[in-house]
Amino acid sequence: MLGLAGLAAFLAVLPLAWIIVYVTQAGLPALTLDFFTNLPTPVGVPGGGIINAIVGSAITVGLGLLLAGPVGTLVAIYATANAERPIGTVIRFATDTLSGVPSIVMGIFAYTIVVLPQRHFSALAGGVVLAFIMLPIVIRSTEEMLKLVPSSLREASLALGAAEWRTWRNVLVPAAWNGILTGLMLAVARAAGEAAPMLFTAFGNPFMSVSLDQPIATLPHTIYIYAISPYEDWRAKAWATALVLIILVLALNVAARYVTGRRARKLGTVTR
Amino acid sequence: MTLATQHDSGQSSLPAAGSAAPPRPPGAGPASAPATRIAIHNLTVHYGTFCAVRNVTLDIPANQVTAIIGPSGCGKSTVVRSLNRMTDLVPGARVSGEAILDGENILRPEVDVVNVRRRIGMVFQRPNPFPKSIYDNVAYGPRLHGVRDRDLDEVVERTLRGAALWDEVKDKLHQSALALSGGQQQRLCIARAMAVEPEVILMDEPASAIDPIGTLRIEELIADLRATYTIVIVTHNMQQASRVSDVTAFFTMDEDRAGYMVEFGPTIEIFTNPRNQLTEDYVSGRFG
Ligand SMILES: Nc1ncnc2c1ncn2[C@@H]1O[C@H](COP(=O)(O)OP(=O)(O)OP(=O)(O)O)[C@@H](O)[C@H]1O
Ligand SMILES: [Mg+2]
Repeated sequence: MLGLAGLAAFLAVLPLAWIIVYVTQAGLPALTLDFFTNLPTPVGVPGGGIINAIVGSAITVGLGLLLAGPVGTLVAIYATANAERPIGTVIRFATDTLSGVPSIVMGIFAYTIVVLPQRHFSALAGGVVLAFIMLPIVIRSTEEMLKLVPSSLREASLALGAAEWRTWRNVLVPAAWNGILTGLMLAVARAAGEAAPMLFTAFGNPFMSVSLDQPIATLPHTIYIYAISPYEDWRAKAWATALVLIILVLALNVAARYVTGRRARKLGTVTR
Repeated sequence: MTLATQHDSGQSSLPAAGSAAPPRPPGAGPASAPATRIAIHNLTVHYGTFCAVRNVTLDIPANQVTAIIGPSGCGKSTVVRSLNRMTDLVPGARVSGEAILDGENILRPEVDVVNVRRRIGMVFQRPNPFPKSIYDNVAYGPRLHGVRDRDLDEVVERTLRGAALWDEVKDKLHQSALALSGGQQQRLCIARAMAVEPEVILMDEPASAIDPIGTLRIEELIADLRATYTIVIVTHNMQQASRVSDVTAFFTMDEDRAGYMVEFGPTIEIFTNPRNQLTEDYVSGRFG
């Protein structure tokens, strides 16, 4: 029985290891320092990099986080505070449904509400659609973390004459902070890998752009463009971009662990 | 301080702490005609349709320690929690009757609960320090109530000294409160409650999760604090009640499990010369 479980565990880890090894092998040859710092070059012109996509992903994901982080945390607080009331159930149901909506549908939706009125693709639209994708992840993970905070802390704060909102802001959210941060990281990692909704929103841009109002390149969208191209060197660049994406997501995860670990050590506890 | 038994209650129990406690003849129970801090009149609490306590009438004397004793489920916690409106947090809880503090019925829904809780602090059964530093735990209440940052150091030190915790923690004020022992955590929670300068401190079995030495410390602290505060302590420990309290209220339950108060009087009377048979059975350990 335990042997079977062990085998299952091995089978679960295998794809991850396989993907990492494969992408590293395929991507490493094209991965030079220039690749990180240069703009793309036309087909056949040697060199060229993906700095525009790295910056673009940072901008769109950052914007998504800026929109979904605070809103999602507030929604989670509201849902936790009203867990026993009907509104809590409604929020939970709505959140689950939202997380089930395919990202391409979210893309079309953002296209309708942002791109059409503006009459052009933009980083803004990309950030908005990523916010939609991140929102349910943030809400659910934050809610789970807030539920783990002992109710005795809430009582302690209220008994000192703290208002409910202060209790959430000063005690309960900080107590769950490590977990909330991990949830935000998950959301970022998920959003950073979205290509489909970018087709309708950020659209891509071969030049450097930092404007929210202009189309912008992103890493997953760049992978898509390069991968479907008929050119050998572009396909190599697709693998290299994929490797960069994986490394960035991994680095974010490690950084989050480091930050939360430091906090936990400082407080002598891991609030998880 | 020696562990007093039931019969020398109130005598050896008062520590010779250098507090400003007015000298009180040992064992004489409450000083003559003490002022009433909270006048509870016909307090009844329901949880949904279940009546948890019925018609409790009780005058909590100022600057004394009032013990509430009684079997499990008789509503001791319920009474105490209704006094600082923690019952507001329980969906379906209904509180009726009066608890008059300075002429105002603090049970009325319209009163400002923040103000009530500020004037009537609470210490819980299990130590529940915030996962913050020792300093931030004590400073939490004062910060809420508008004490300026530059005055906080002084408030924190004064409070921790008042709670007889300063010497133990002064070198680690900015370390996590969760690294303290259970007994220290509980005294920190008492300090945290003291820091907002309440008039009354409610303690619901404050030492039940603490080892004997820690318990002793908490009892010493309570004896110190009555000079400044009015204290209500719920306890299952008869000896503790006899050691720390001036007056004692004994509660029990009806057949329908509604709690009520059987007897209230000077602790020494309740323990040595109770008027009610139920009280006598309980304090002599014949109950249940
Ligand atoms: N939140 C609640 N919802 C419903 N019933 C409750 C609630 N809290 C307490 N009760 C009930 O009210 C009665 C009194 O409870 P309470 O906690 O006040 O008793 P207690 O005297 O403090 O008991 P113990 O000595 O075990 O702490 C009990 O029958 C209990 O089951
Ligand atoms: Mg109780």
